[in-house]
Amino acid sequence: MILAMQISHFTAAAIFAFFVSIVFGITQRNTPREMVRCGAIHFVGWFMGGMFLAGWVMWLLHH
Amino acid sequence: MTKTETDTSAAQPVATGAAFTKMSALALVVGWLIPGGGHFIQKKWIRGFLLMGSVVAMFAIGLAMQGKIYQPNAGDLLDILGFIGDFGAGGLYILGRTLEWGGTSISFAAADYGTKYIVVAGLLNIMSAVDAYHIAIGKKQ
Repeated sequence: MILAMQISHFTAAAIFAFFVSIVFGITQRNTPREMVRCGAIHFVGWFMGGMFLAGWVMWLLHH
Repeated sequence: MTKTETDTSAAQPVATGAAFTKMSALALVVGWLIPGGGHFIQKKWIRGFLLMGSVVAMFAIGLAMQGKIYQPNAGDLLDILGFIGDFGAGGLYILGRTLEWGGTSISFAAADYGTKYIVVAGLLNIMSAVDAYHIAIGKKQ
């Protein structure tokens, strides 16, 4: 029997956001400082922020 | 135009001539085959390890969730795109196909997440290989 790793949709999205933000930060900017800043903005602002926003929009549409 | 505006534009980094060299070709190929490898051969150790860690971790987590590794196909458009994304992982894709890693069907939610993780790991690896190429040609520091 093969056991598959089971994680929630939220955890999967958060892990996804973390690694993608690292790669985006490194590849899209020139200096280490800018890379960290770009990665942080992507993680917090775009991915996690977007996820919470989408969650609330779906909740409002449902209610 | 004011003097300040002139100074600002002069301070912008200027992209040097994009010369295609052996190193740039090597950075692209090695970067594709080994995640972060293109940065390693240019002694960008920290960036290389971070890129390698991110791509390998996403690929491994995808496999742990029983994600599917797409095979070359000419069927459904999404399957073709899935293969293109997976193939971007380079050495990881070759290893995964050779050792028959991954699930065979996407029958539960986690397997679907895993399949997306593997595709995105491939796409991120392409970004990292292109970044190594840009460093090699002097377009980026």
